[in-house]
Amino acid sequence: MSTPERAPLVQVRDLVKSFPIKKGIIFQREVGAVQAVSGVSFDVLEGETLGIVGESGCGKSTTARLITRLLVPTSGSISYRGRDIATLGRSELKPLRREMQMIFQDPYSSLNPRKTVGSVIGEPFEIHNVETDPRKRKVLVQALMEQVGLNPEHYNRYPHEFSGGQRQRIGVARAIALKPKLIVADEPVSALDVSIQAQILNLLRELQADLGLTIVFIAHDLSVVRHMCDRIAVMYLGKVVELAEAHDLYAHPRHPYTGALLSAVPVPDPRLAAGKTRRILGGDVPSPTNPPSACRFHTRCSKCQDVCSVDEPLLTPQAGGNVAACHFPLTDAENADLPTVKIGG
Amino acid sequence: MAPLLEVRDLKVSFATDDGAVKAVDGISYTVEKGQALGIVGESGSGKSVSSMTVMGLTRFSGNATITGEILFEGKDLLGATDDELRLLRGNEISMIFQDPLSSLHPFYRVGKQIVENVRAHQSVSRAAARDRAVEMLRLVGIPEPERRFDAYPHEFSGGMRQRAMIAMALANDPKLLIADEPTTALDVTVQAQILELLAHLQQELDTAIVLITHDLGVVAEVTDEIAVMYAGRIVERAEKLPIFAAPEHPYTWGLLRSIPRLDLPRNEELVPIPGRPPSLINPPSGCSFHPRCPYARVECATTDPRLKPVDGDAGHTTACVLPSAVRQELWGQLANGVLPAQALETVTIPGAAR
Repeated sequence: MSTPERAPLVQVRDLVKSFPIKKGIIFQREVGAVQAVSGVSFDVLEGETLGIVGESGCGKSTTARLITRLLVPTSGSISYRGRDIATLGRSELKPLRREMQMIFQDPYSSLNPRKTVGSVIGEPFEIHNVETDPRKRKVLVQALMEQVGLNPEHYNRYPHEFSGGQRQRIGVARAIALKPKLIVADEPVSALDVSIQAQILNLLRELQADLGLTIVFIAHDLSVVRHMCDRIAVMYLGKVVELAEAHDLYAHPRHPYTGALLSAVPVPDPRLAAGKTRRILGGDVPSPTNPPSACRFHTRCSKCQDVCSVDEPLLTPQAGGNVAACHFPLTDAENADLPTVKIGG
Repeated sequence: MAPLLEVRDLKVSFATDDGAVKAVDGISYTVEKGQALGIVGESGSGKSVSSMTVMGLTRFSGNATITGEILFEGKDLLGATDDELRLLRGNEISMIFQDPLSSLHPFYRVGKQIVENVRAHQSVSRAAARDRAVEMLRLVGIPEPERRFDAYPHEFSGGMRQRAMIAMALANDPKLLIADEPTTALDVTVQAQILELLAHLQQELDTAIVLITHDLGVVAEVTDEIAVMYAGRIVERAEKLPIFAAPEHPYTWGLLRSIPRLDLPRNEELVPIPGRPPSLINPPSGCSFHPRCPYARVECATTDPRLKPVDGDAGHTTACVLPSAVRQELWGQLANGVLPAQALETVTIPGAAR
């Protein structure tokens, strides 16, 4: 469990990112905008793992790319160790890039197929002029390969010679090469086979303990997030709808969307599955080009009342320590059938 | 009465420049009328190839060698001509695939594609086929089916496309529906909708379902019986409950213990399966799981285990050389979060890369 006194490493306030929709082939004009992230605020505390969960299109990957400043936010602020980095330029960002690294979802497309593993992992040293002597660099890279569970003798192999799980290890080695403070992992295990997932999850946890990393862990799989994270933010259509300590989120979800997500996860235990009443959400996630008014979840919410489409709920503290944006948060009685509630988070 | 589908010692291999890939290596199973069978396995375990062979979809690849028997209501499907198979496909046996966007034709309206399937197998008028298509779209829960009939696939969301695929697959009241990872590409709330729909349709229409997935949670929701596949073989088969409550194959244990689960305490340690799936060109000797098995003994590298009933449950079979009593004790410890002592000992087996 994280302690509240820990200092925030990253503070995100009212972050907005919209992408223009363009029409026309030669003379492009803007006909609208998709607001992928619309007013998100949260802190990432030093040494913790913050999970961001949500379904496709909720803006979790965009948020990840904004924190690492791979994208420029439309408005809002991102402060990293007290310094606002939302509007910094390329050259000002470069020294910061050493401290924040990303691990990507697809280990097939995130590695250059024409470079050997040694040069892929060694590239950060070169870019940041940390170790220019190739022989010394090789020693460093081989130590990293050892650390992530790769055979250092495979230094000269190409990515296609590795399996998906091993490639993800290469991605992890590259990310930790410069001893970063912050790692943003965007769906790091969702492209892997189930038996390999656990290897990578355990590796990330070990590295976090050894190197004192702060991790922002983005995933759609609620069981994986529960296993990995100290605190969790649930996103829906570009907004954070609930934020809580992992234990609290699973022991007593307050936002109806969190409850529906937890209820929808198939549980590999037929005894539990038989006794459970599902809260199936009707319909699909609405289009982010034209999101519903006020509470964006009201079109699919079972507890929706008139006020929900008029008055937007703000993130407010709820019973049990969760912070949720809802006029009618879930009560413990309504949560009784969830599998995680039964075992107390 | 003959079972609806009977697969006997099916082997499928594909010739490649590096040697024959033994994608399916002697599997046998039966599906009774109205029953739901789940086939669980990781990529490369042969789960999709075996079901595509049932549909006759692997016979067109020139490098495939198929042996064994596939009997559908007593008829041999492997010996059937292409024309005979065409009469069955989409009619008596239907299939839905993982990615609904690439399995619907982007150029034709959704309704027209369903009508095409109806008219290919039934001699009915265009209007009657249209009515049937609208009825099916309504059955699978597509709002305003009359209007949606004229929509193109790109106008549908992922969940609606998968519903349309199910509507098309069920339009001719098939006796058997093969669903190959039907929810893998979908979000979790939409996945719940589709699984509920499949379970509902199975009860309503009494269709037998073969559900292929890598997700143990998904099979727990929908199926009655489960077969676990590894490297082209079925390594364990049982009713749903014993697979989760008393699994007997070390690979099944590995699958159950390596996924984080919402129904177990949060700090539960994950026990990954070491190594990675084997090459299907040169599979390991003996039991194909032995290089990754923490409980492997010397004989595992030489003896090829056959599916045998476990002690005390004749309907539960597994392919493992360990005695049933030992396996039950090991699982008993694993289920209580104890890593069995045997797993920590290093047993040296020739050829085992751990």
